[in-house]
Amino acid sequence: MTRSAQWLYGWLLLLPAAVLLALFTHYPAVATLWHSFRSTPKGSRASTFVGVDNYAQLIDDPIFWQSLTNNLWFALGTIPLSIALALLMAVWVNGKIAGRGFLRLAYFTPTVLPMIAVANIWLFFYTPEYGLLEQITGAFGLPAHNWLGSKNSALPALMVVTVWKEAGFFMIFYLAALQQMSPQLAEAAAIEGASRAYFFRRVTLPLLMPTTLFVLVNAVINAFRLVDHVVVMTRGGPDNATELLLYYIYEIGFRFWDSAYAAALTMVLLLLLGVVALLQFWFLERKVHYQ
Amino acid sequence: MKRSTLWGWFVAIAVTALSGATLAQAPVEISFYYPVAVGGPITKLIDQFAADFEKENPGIKVKPIYSGSYQESITKALTAVKSNDAPTTSVLLSTDMFTLIDEEAIVPFDPLIKTPEDEAWLKGFYPAFMENSQTGGKTWGIPFQRSTIVLYYNKEMFKDAGLDPNRPPATWKEMAEHAQKLTKRDASGKVTQWGVQIPSSGFPYWLFQGLTTENDVQLMNAAGTETYYDKPAVIEALQYWMDLTSKYKVHPEGIVEWGTTPKDFFERKVAMIWTTTGNLTNVKNNAKFDFGVAMLPANKRRGSPTGGGNFYLFKQAKPEQQAAAFKFIKWITSPARAAQWGIDTGYVAVRPDAWATPVMRKYVAEFPPAAVARDQLQYAVAELSTHDNQRVTKALNDGLQAGLTGTKSAEQAMKDSQREAERLLRPYRK
Repeated sequence: MTRSAQWLYGWLLLLPAAVLLALFTHYPAVATLWHSFRSTPKGSRASTFVGVDNYAQLIDDPIFWQSLTNNLWFALGTIPLSIALALLMAVWVNGKIAGRGFLRLAYFTPTVLPMIAVANIWLFFYTPEYGLLEQITGAFGLPAHNWLGSKNSALPALMVVTVWKEAGFFMIFYLAALQQMSPQLAEAAAIEGASRAYFFRRVTLPLLMPTTLFVLVNAVINAFRLVDHVVVMTRGGPDNATELLLYYIYEIGFRFWDSAYAAALTMVLLLLLGVVALLQFWFLERKVHYQ
Repeated sequence: MKRSTLWGWFVAIAVTALSGATLAQAPVEISFYYPVAVGGPITKLIDQFAADFEKENPGIKVKPIYSGSYQESITKALTAVKSNDAPTTSVLLSTDMFTLIDEEAIVPFDPLIKTPEDEAWLKGFYPAFMENSQTGGKTWGIPFQRSTIVLYYNKEMFKDAGLDPNRPPATWKEMAEHAQKLTKRDASGKVTQWGVQIPSSGFPYWLFQGLTTENDVQLMNAAGTETYYDKPAVIEALQYWMDLTSKYKVHPEGIVEWGTTPKDFFERKVAMIWTTTGNLTNVKNNAKFDFGVAMLPANKRRGSPTGGGNFYLFKQAKPEQQAAAFKFIKWITSPARAAQWGIDTGYVAVRPDAWATPVMRKYVAEFPPAAVARDQLQYAVAELSTHDNQRVTKALNDGLQAGLTGTKSAEQAMKDSQREAERLLRPYRK
C-alpha cells in the first residue's frame, strides 16, 4: 500500500470512534462553554452575549454553594466507605468458605438492580411509622426518626443507599485482581513467618493499587454522576439538604429552562472533575505498580 | 448475505414503509401527555376515554402518554417543544400557564371557539377554575382534573376520643384541640397515632395556600408579576403549621411525604389528613373504617386553593391536529364524561351541569363526601401562579421546608423566599 493510502486507511479506521468522541464529548463541552457566556433564549427572544454574568450569578447563588458542599460531603462519605467495604468483601469471598458463590451473588445483586428500583425500595425502608427501619428500631425500643424528612439525616440516608449499591460493583474488580495474585507469594510469606495482616498491608494492597486507582476514579465519577436516588427519594429537599450539583444542573436546565445558567454550572462541574482526575493520575501514578 | 438478497430486503422494507406512511395519512393522530397525581387506576381510565372517543370519531386516533407527576410532565412537555416534537395537547398544571406562554409553546383556544354552542360550552365551567386558565382576555387552558384540598378524618378515632364524629373541626383552634385529643402515645412516649398530617414534600406551597387563604391573605397578584410571601398574615399561617409540631405536638416532625399520606391514613397512623379531593375514590376504596370529608377549617374565613390540571393546545401541532384535539377536549369535558371522571377519581367535575346529571345526583345522594370539594368552591381562590412559575414556587417551597424542619424561623424563611421571588420576577415587571 502506498504511504498516502496507508495514511487514509488509518484515518478511516479511526473515523467512527473519532466522530463519536467529537459528537458526544468535545462538541458538547465547547458548546456548553460558549452558551455559558450568553443569556438564555426565551421564546422568540434570542440569546445575547453577556460575558461573565452567569458566573457572577453562580457565585452569588446560595443554593449552588449548598449543592457543592453537599456533593463534597457526599463524595467524602461514599468513596472511602464503598472502596473499603468492597475490599473487605472481596478478601472474604476470595477464601474457600462454604456458600461462597451464594455470598458473591448476594453482594452483587444491589449492583444489577437499576438505581430507580433501588431508590424506591429504600424509600419504603425509610418511610416513617411503618417502614422497615422504623419496624426494626421500634422492636428495639429506639425513638422514631423521619430519615428523609429531616435536614441532618437526609444526605447520610442517601449516602447509605449509594454505598449499598456501589460496594458490590467494586468488589468484582477487587475479586478479579485478588484471584490473579500468584499463590506463591502467600506461600513465601507463610514460610518467612509474616502475619496475615502484615502480608495484607505490604504485599496485597500494593499489588492491588492498579485496581484501587481504577475503582477510585470510578467512585469519584459516581459521586458526582449518581443523582437518580435524589430524583426519586427527596427531589433535592428538605430545603436543599440533598441538592447535589448534577441534580441542581438538571433542575435549572430542565425544570426552569435557564439554559445559560445551567451551562455555567456545567462548566464548574467539568472543571472540578477535570482537576480531580488530574490529581488522581498524577498523585497515584507514583504508587501504582503494574506487573 | 448475497448482495442481491440484501438489495431485495432493502426494497421490500422501503415499499412497506412508504405504503404504511400513505395508509397512516388517513386518520388524524393526536398525542397527549397526562400526569398522575392521585392514587387509583388513572391510566386505565384515560385509556378507556381514548378508546371510547376513537369509537365515536373514526377519523381521529388518540395517543395518551403517561408523563409522571405534574412537575415531571411540564419538564417533559417543554423538552418536547424545544426539540420540535411537541405533543398535540397535554394535561399540565393550571399554574404553568404563564411559563408556557413565555416559552411560546401554546396557543389560546379562542380562534377555535366559533359557534354559539362552543361559546356556551366555554361559559359552562366553574369561574373558580377559569381563574388559572385565562389571562390577557384569552383562554389558554380548559379545566379537566381540578380539585380543592379537603380534610379527611377517621370517624372511629373521633368516637374513641370522645369527639362527635359528625362535627369535623371548623376552625384552626378546633383542629389543634381535636388533634390533641386524637394524638396517642405509647408507654415510652413514642407517638402511635398522630392527630393531623399536612404533607410538605414536593409542593408544600399548595397546602400552605390553604392556610394563607384561611388567614385572608393572597400570595400573588392576578398578572403573575408579584408575590407577597412576607406579609404578616402569611408568616402567621406558617407559624400555625410549625406550631402543630412544636407547640401542640400533634403533627409529625420534619417533612411529611405527599404520596404516603393517604396510606398513613389507611394504616390508622393519623386521624386527620389534608390532601386533594382527587384522592377521594382512592380513600373510599381503601379505608376500612368509617371516614368523613370536610372543608378545611377557617381562621378568618374558609378557604382552599384550587388545584389540578388543564388541557393546553400546543403551537407546533398542525391545524387539523389542533381541531381534532379541540374536539377531544370538548368531548372529555362534556357533562356526562366530566361526571364520570369525577366519580371515578374524586376530582371536582368541572362544570355545574355535570353535577346535575342523574348519575352524579345519585352518586352524591349515596356518598355525600363527594360534594364537599364542590361546595368549597365558593371559598376557593386561584392557585399560586406567576411567570417562571416553577422557580418562584421553589423559592416558597424551600422557605416552607426550612421552617418546618426547624432550620429557620417562620419570619426569616418567608423573608428569604420573598427576596428570591423578587429577584426572579423583576424582569417580568417592565
